[in-house]
Amino acid sequence: MRHLANERSIITPYRRHEEGCQPPAPYQAYESTIKRSPSKPLTFLPHTLSEITGPIYGHGQIAETDNDLTRQHAGEPNGERIIVIGRVLDCNGRPVPEALVEIWQANAAGRYRHQDDQHPAPLDPNFTGAGRMRTDENGAYRFVTIKPGAYPWFNHYNAWRPAHIHFSIFGRAFISRLVTQMYFPGDLLFAYDPVYQSIPDEKARQRMVCKFDLETTQPQWALGYRFDIVLRGPEATPFETP
Amino acid sequence: MSLGLTPSQTVGPFFSFGLTTEKCSVRCIAGPEAKGERVLLTCRVLDGDGVGIPDAMLEIWQADAEGKYNHPDDPQEKTCDPEWRGFGRMGTREDGSCEFETIRPGRVPGPGSVLQAPHLNMAVFARGMLKQFYTRIYFSGDPANQEDPVLALVPDERRETLMAHPDPAKPGHWHFEVRMQGEHETVFFDV
Repeated sequence: MRHLANERSIITPYRRHEEGCQPPAPYQAYESTIKRSPSKPLTFLPHTLSEITGPIYGHGQIAETDNDLTRQHAGEPNGERIIVIGRVLDCNGRPVPEALVEIWQANAAGRYRHQDDQHPAPLDPNFTGAGRMRTDENGAYRFVTIKPGAYPWFNHYNAWRPAHIHFSIFGRAFISRLVTQMYFPGDLLFAYDPVYQSIPDEKARQRMVCKFDLETTQPQWALGYRFDIVLRGPEATPFETP
Repeated sequence: MSLGLTPSQTVGPFFSFGLTTEKCSVRCIAGPEAKGERVLLTCRVLDGDGVGIPDAMLEIWQADAEGKYNHPDDPQEKTCDPEWRGFGRMGTREDGSCEFETIRPGRVPGPGSVLQAPHLNMAVFARGMLKQFYTRIYFSGDPANQEDPVLALVPDERRETLMAHPDPAKPGHWHFEVRMQGEHETVFFDV
């Protein structure tokens, strides 16, 4: 590993990924990665200002119903209404305030509102399936949506994706940017899904599974789930050289 | 205290209605009022067969014309151009291309006593990528490239893959190709 001396600028580098906790590229079992992943080794880059800064101000308007996917149309969408809450933290346990969290998902029947989705399941005129909001000062977010259905894809014979909600999060730095998927506890499709299985470390994999949360659950209305998201953060001790 | 990171997963094939709608895309990194040399940058993402990737998303993060990032962790004692945000995000079209409207950034402090050459930081997302890949866009022919500390980490024969090229027919138009594989595979960084 190469480090460049930092003489002038005071930079606190970000913590690097732990072995086994991120997906490899390419990953043979997920066929589309084979032609779309770099084949040469990545070039190790000591962090500069360019890596440890990132877009944290403004991303356009956020409308009032952007975090309630059940209220974006005239009627209520079909399916099981759910509340998803959580906090965005960095790896040092510090909340990430004002972080833009964006989600997108299939409807209850497992169909995306996208022209390329060929799954012969019904679209729901009352469900788009996209939301966005900013975290509060404690890094907390909250979405109301419906539980997405599992859906088939063409990766291999009889391939089905476990139910999931896509999450996109902007942290403090360009390199803490994360796009992931939130899964539901106990899904029987985990064992057969190469996307979920692409994370080598079992514990890390389980960090993508939300937890049922009775406290968030609202009586006579909706089940609640908690999904905390941990982003890369600065190394604990800044190194400073005059 | 150290918490385990949430792993990355692919954006999949259907992200466009969530991330790159008209409302959520950012084509214009630098508004017309921003200081600096105007750049219309066309990027194209190609797979291992040299075919354009139609379901990719490119994000760009860059400094203003003075080399200042609009971010509290930039310790330089300069004020950012008030018109400056520095972020762009576009989905690719059928042929794997998209455009950004921006300016050539200034030089940002690097490690050691040198300044970095003007560059844009880019993250590439797509169906078939389980995580984003990071690269940089430099401006071909910029004399500062000779002393850039990051380009110096890249073998001579691969530096060219990090260069945007000016369109000889259209002043202010630049092109950058992201080649995921092959003879001219773009240099991606382990950040």
